[in-house]
Amino acid sequence: MIEFLKQPWAWYVAGPLIGLMVPALLIFGNRTLGVSSSLRHMCAACLPAKIPFFNYEWKKEAWNLVFVAGIILGAFIVASFLNNPNPVDINPKLVTELNQYGITNQYSLLPEQLFNWQQLLTLKGFFFMVFGGFLVGFGTRYAGGCTSGHTIMGLSNLQLPSLIATMSFMAGGFIMANLILPHILKL
Amino acid sequence: MQTKLIKQTLANTDFEVRSLDNLEAAQPKKESIFSYLKYLLMGLFFGVILVKSEVISWYRIQEMFRLQSFHMFGVIGSAVVTGIMSIWLIKKFKIKTISGQQIELPAKEFQKGQIYGGLIFGFGWAITGACPGPLFAQIGSGFGVIIVTLLSAVAGTWMYGLIREKLPH
Repeated sequence: MIEFLKQPWAWYVAGPLIGLMVPALLIFGNRTLGVSSSLRHMCAACLPAKIPFFNYEWKKEAWNLVFVAGIILGAFIVASFLNNPNPVDINPKLVTELNQYGITNQYSLLPEQLFNWQQLLTLKGFFFMVFGGFLVGFGTRYAGGCTSGHTIMGLSNLQLPSLIATMSFMAGGFIMANLILPHILKL
Repeated sequence: MQTKLIKQTLANTDFEVRSLDNLEAAQPKKESIFSYLKYLLMGLFFGVILVKSEVISWYRIQEMFRLQSFHMFGVIGSAVVTGIMSIWLIKKFKIKTISGQQIELPAKEFQKGQIYGGLIFGFGWAITGACPGPLFAQIGSGFGVIIVTLLSAVAGTWMYGLIREKLPH
């Protein structure tokens, strides 16, 4: 059993389980799935700075912060006990492409040559970790949700705005990954 | 209440803060310390799935946007189908919460931010290889430096809040 759990889970196992988070949160707490809102609550809790957008009773939404703490804990448990001992299985085309940019260490979930503390001080590292993160935070709030809030929760409730948002997420990702990132990775 | 004192000039465009939604149904009950535990457990379960399905992997995201793997499309697609069926069942059988409350979901309204913000988030998703859920999961998996990415995402959210009234919605 443990050996089985250590394998990466197939899409048809993981996808339905992720989908079940929607009814689970609704039935157990009358809450809608959404992760990016936790970033807004952090702003509201720590630095509202008289900005209207952050002046609301964030304590009423504190469940969301507990939920993301759970995500950290769950990931920690996997890393400690259920970690996949084998290198990540990557499409050979992507391996070849990344090799050209000097990303050759492809054993864990993230390319450690790109995401590490030393890299933070380089232009490339700043772009991937700091600038990328900023776009995630700014974009999700501007769109009113992320992959969980719009794509999973919103589409599950057949919301047209969530479909528009999801198509925009995908379009942005396609443009960045295919047209812009190759130039940045060459730096 | 401070909330009432500061006037919003722009209507609500973010439908993820339940206490700001005008719903006919009751707001969720006030949570106790013990009821928070269930959210911790559900989050934990979500975190385990995110890591085990490798959707927190930068490589999986690159493959998705380069159409080099079906995995991410399969995960997202089957999650959405499961979610649609679940909500359909909840509505059809008027399933209530465990504390007997009626379940009502806010309808989202279209605003241009869903396109502009969506594109911006899409750029960030391809760069970092993570959406907000996976950012937390990457940190939990031991990639400590991603704390910087998360703090930067909080800064991005804050910046949006600061200039939001000047942005097209």
